[in-house]
Amino acid sequence: MPESAATGSAPGTADGAAAAPDRRLVKGPGLLLVWLYGVMVVGAVSRSIYQISTEFDRAPLAYALSAVAALVYAFITYSLVRGGEAARKAALVCCAGELAGVLLVGAWTLVRPEAFPDATVWSDFGMGYLFIPVILPVTGMLWLRRRR
Amino acid sequence: MLDALTLTLGVAALALAGWCGFAAYRDQPTKDWHFIGMAVVTLLALAQLVVGIVRLAQGGEPDEGGVIFVAYLVGAFCAVPAAGFLSLTERTKWGSVTVAAGAVVLAVLEVRLTDIWGGTGA
Repeated sequence: MPESAATGSAPGTADGAAAAPDRRLVKGPGLLLVWLYGVMVVGAVSRSIYQISTEFDRAPLAYALSAVAALVYAFITYSLVRGGEAARKAALVCCAGELAGVLLVGAWTLVRPEAFPDATVWSDFGMGYLFIPVILPVTGMLWLRRRR
Repeated sequence: MLDALTLTLGVAALALAGWCGFAAYRDQPTKDWHFIGMAVVTLLALAQLVVGIVRLAQGGEPDEGGVIFVAYLVGAFCAVPAAGFLSLTERTKWGSVTVAAGAVVLAVLEVRLTDIWGGTGA
């Protein structure tokens, strides 16, 4: 990512980058993780924009929840790309929130389907997205814990 | 015909996924041959994008609306190149895994595209 180009900067800028430990989160399995999160961002954001701008009244709760999911995905992706300890912790918290959201909304859609005239990203534990929404936060947290 | 192109693209995407998955299994990064494979799949996706837009311009009416149809076409076109560029930054087997995942995403998008266009075929 962009950092790799910056490390070759002129001497005297005193960035201290050479001595810093490798805090990158996008390496090895992290690359796959950031790719899947990126896909979810594109999917959830574009879907939310379309649904909220054209047919929000049909299922306001579902579409609002999808928008929240999109924001969470966007923030986690940004944190992963940014790297560093603070971003790692923030992403960890968001992954936990994401997992709680998937489980909560997933259960909610099963118990009270009448509240959801249309599906959200997290309906039925993310079945419409090959269950990636429920697998992703778990693998995300495992990866982020290992990078401590 | 859009259906034939969609089917070809879906099969090609799965083949690419298998190929890159195999490279990952052998602990190898993506190599020149893989990138040629990605280019072929991307060209097919570009052809699909063009054909899809032409069909729309000719008055074809997707079941789920033109905006969603074009959005999925563009997404399908971008999936594999984006994963390919990511794999350039990660010269390990994880780059190959990512391209394989990108190809699977493309195959899924193709299935959705057939839904979106609908069974009537205009």
